[in-house]
Amino acid sequence: MSVADRSTFKRRLDDLGVTVTEGAASECADLIDEAAGDPAVGVALGDGVAADGDATDATDATVALPDRIETDPTTAELRAAHTGVTDAELGVAAYGSVAIEADRAGTEPVSLFVDRHVVVLREVDLVPDMPDAFEWLGPRARDGSADVVFATGPSATADMGGLVHGAHGPKEVHVVLLREDSEDDGKPADSEVTGDE
Amino acid sequence: MSSDAAKADRIRELMATEGDAVAENTRGFNEGRYESTGRLDDYEALKEQARAIKEDAIGRLPELIDEVTEAVEANGGTVYVADDAADANRYITELTAEERDADRLVKSKSMTSEELEVNEALEAEGVEVVETDLGEWVLQLADEAPSHIVAPAIHKSREGISELFAERFDLDDPPETAEELTMFARERLGELVEDADVGMTGANFIAADSGTMLLVTSEGNARKSVTATDTHVAVAGVEKLVPTVEDFSPFVELIGRSGTGQDVTSYISTLTPPVDSPVPDFQDDGEPLADGSGDDRDFHLVLIDNGRMAMRDDEELKETLYCIRCSACSNACGNFQSVGGHAFGGETYSGGIATGWEAGIEGLDVAAEFNDLCTGCSRCVPACPVGIDIPWINTVVRDRINRGEVDSRQTDWLFEELVPDEEPAGLDLGTRVVGNYETVAKLGSLTAPIANRLADAGPLRALAERVTGIDRRRDLPEFASEPLVDWFERRGGPAVPADEAAREAVLYPDTATNYVDVDRGKAAVRALEALGVHVEVPDLPGSGRPPLSQGMVSTATAAAEDAYAGLARHVDAGRDVVVIEPSDLAMFRREYERLLPEASFERLADASYDVMEYCFGLLENGGDPAALRAPAEGTGPVASGKRVAYHPHCQARTIGVGEHATAVMERLGYDVRVSETECCGMAGSFGYKTDYYELSMDVGEPLREQFGDSDRTVVASGTSCGEQLDALLESSPMHPVELIAPRE
Repeated sequence: MSVADRSTFKRRLDDLGVTVTEGAASECADLIDEAAGDPAVGVALGDGVAADGDATDATDATVALPDRIETDPTTAELRAAHTGVTDAELGVAAYGSVAIEADRAGTEPVSLFVDRHVVVLREVDLVPDMPDAFEWLGPRARDGSADVVFATGPSATADMGGLVHGAHGPKEVHVVLLREDSEDDGKPADSEVTGDE
Repeated sequence: MSSDAAKADRIRELMATEGDAVAENTRGFNEGRYESTGRLDDYEALKEQARAIKEDAIGRLPELIDEVTEAVEANGGTVYVADDAADANRYITELTAEERDADRLVKSKSMTSEELEVNEALEAEGVEVVETDLGEWVLQLADEAPSHIVAPAIHKSREGISELFAERFDLDDPPETAEELTMFARERLGELVEDADVGMTGANFIAADSGTMLLVTSEGNARKSVTATDTHVAVAGVEKLVPTVEDFSPFVELIGRSGTGQDVTSYISTLTPPVDSPVPDFQDDGEPLADGSGDDRDFHLVLIDNGRMAMRDDEELKETLYCIRCSACSNACGNFQSVGGHAFGGETYSGGIATGWEAGIEGLDVAAEFNDLCTGCSRCVPACPVGIDIPWINTVVRDRINRGEVDSRQTDWLFEELVPDEEPAGLDLGTRVVGNYETVAKLGSLTAPIANRLADAGPLRALAERVTGIDRRRDLPEFASEPLVDWFERRGGPAVPADEAAREAVLYPDTATNYVDVDRGKAAVRALEALGVHVEVPDLPGSGRPPLSQGMVSTATAAAEDAYAGLARHVDAGRDVVVIEPSDLAMFRREYERLLPEASFERLADASYDVMEYCFGLLENGGDPAALRAPAEGTGPVASGKRVAYHPHCQARTIGVGEHATAVMERLGYDVRVSETECCGMAGSFGYKTDYYELSMDVGEPLREQFGDSDRTVVASGTSCGEQLDALLESSPMHPVELIAPRE
């Protein structure tokens, strides 16, 4: 991840009408709380990795969801939810895409059957372009476990005589971008990053 | 190809009912393609990469089918390779109706499933099928077929959809805005998805190494159809296989840009099914969504042959299998923009590449119904992300149709005597007149005063229309009594001696310039000589463009051999070949690759130039622009001064010589406005045909809109573009070289 990638990623998201907020991992819960509507369901962050047997990231201990997010929802709660909170495995800077991996914890339905999807992405998981994303995906797919959607902006259709967001999937997407520093440096959460346009 | 009143009526009706909606949408997609691909740094490299992957994959398809079968089975899924539609439908209905005892199957958009007509097969077994793509759902409610392979309902207006919903759902106050209509559909379909038993998707690409399938979508309905049901059936043609997951990358970057002009669509799903998601139980919704145990999901990949393996063995149709169904060839096509896929399409597929698909899957008879609509303008060629030569596929299929449809009732004995071509007896007379245009032009020139008078005579035009299908509303080309070659010889040949010349060139006397528009030939000679070029205008055979446009491949090949034989001597002597008529230059630079040995093609292609490209090169290499005519000097035809409206010829654009005229005119001080229309609609002989006269005029309509009220001097490089602009604007345009050449 370079500063240029981060700035490209944010610019692309802005073009797509996706809001981005940034902060340290320790501020994750606050950032999600600001971004999520009500009621909200979610998948515990880091759970997605467990499905393929990888060790959980060391940083995950500090990355938490606010208490009001229901992390073990029933199907009824999913259906009633306004917001779904999940993490993303990867971000593709050149396109403003986030890679959402289907897992047993329900990341795919939680990101899909809602009006607003709040996606948590670590900056360290940002790659520059599409070929990087498929080089990341290839070995995982051959391992037999990869069900990943590269989501770019909200669900959209132009089939009804004009562009409308929220055809079947989320009408809005919000990205929470977590800074690389795994040690909490105590800086306040901010949404401005040096070098950003 | 002689007049078919039913066909003409059908086209007229579709232009009136669906034409406006289709035109607006496809032209929007086409503009989007230019913008989106323009944002790529390495567009051409990506296309080459995509093409190479497809060539490799189709080359070793049997091996990839084995590999993907192994991979999917290792993942816990099943692969079934279906020989044809009936075989696929039998497998799918047995699985769905019998094994699963399903009441409802939800589908995301899949053209391959349209090809199978699997909905009908499932419904016959009592399974309700719900199309969840909003456009497909609208068509399912309206009981209509897709008019576009990517945006299936583009022919429907917002008002039409509102009325449809009101009628189908008995609504007093139906949704009206795009937002309201979309939310109405979202809710209805959301409920239908919740109770579904089986989810069916297509697949845009499948990686053989892992069994991973890629779906390009925007709405999220494919994601929902897969997630909400415990049985996933994916149907895909065998040609969708690529070797590895990494191979997906260039296609993901190209498919949305090429089609609707989106850099990437909202959702690129890469699934290695059965997927890991828990199955939401909407019936018993108090249970946790994820109980941690993992649900039992079932996955079936149904790979469809249905003629594809035979297409793979057909050297000419094989390229069709590289098609990624992006729709670029539809959107870039003037005729498609006017009529849409309901006219320009077969049983399933539409647009330029549909000729290949329908010929391979359904047969020549289906392809024959719409193959005429490809005019060979070639604007789809640079648009195609995998570099398929779509006009060539159309030409080959046309040739096969010509040869297959021998009809002895036709009275072509007369023509047989007159123009002994290489085609089978019984070939349609209209096809033959156009295909042998060079001979017709030569005869016309020999007898010019009489021929031209007869050509304008009403009763004779009516007869010609009946016999040859040439529309009487068109002005026919007026033949010159002194061909360019004769004029050049009479004036004493080259004016600039070879030993004093900067370069030596032969001006190719293309049929149109030599026999009809001699003035532009004379202007070209003046322009080149003014720039110090030793110019010769030898008597040379035609390029073979007219017969090729009619699918008369053997006749065109014979013509190419003759033209090459005539030109080779000059090329060997170091002379450049300068061409005025872009469609003939495109023969040398593009189509001859198919008609001549590779070395011959390359030698001629490298030596030949568009006349304005050549002038551009001369000016770039020290030629004196003052030798040419700048705007202020002109009177007469240049009365409106420096303001010029220029329509580049479609084939000139494709071979990359459309813009040299603009550069030269601007260099000389002209203010040039360039048309944004892909093709004027005349496309050689197309617009002369009675069946297509109205369509041709409709295709040219954007030119009237752009140039109609202008006081600009209109210039165009193609003869037929000139005829069309004359008809559209009622002012006869000249060739750019006539504008810039010094006066006589």
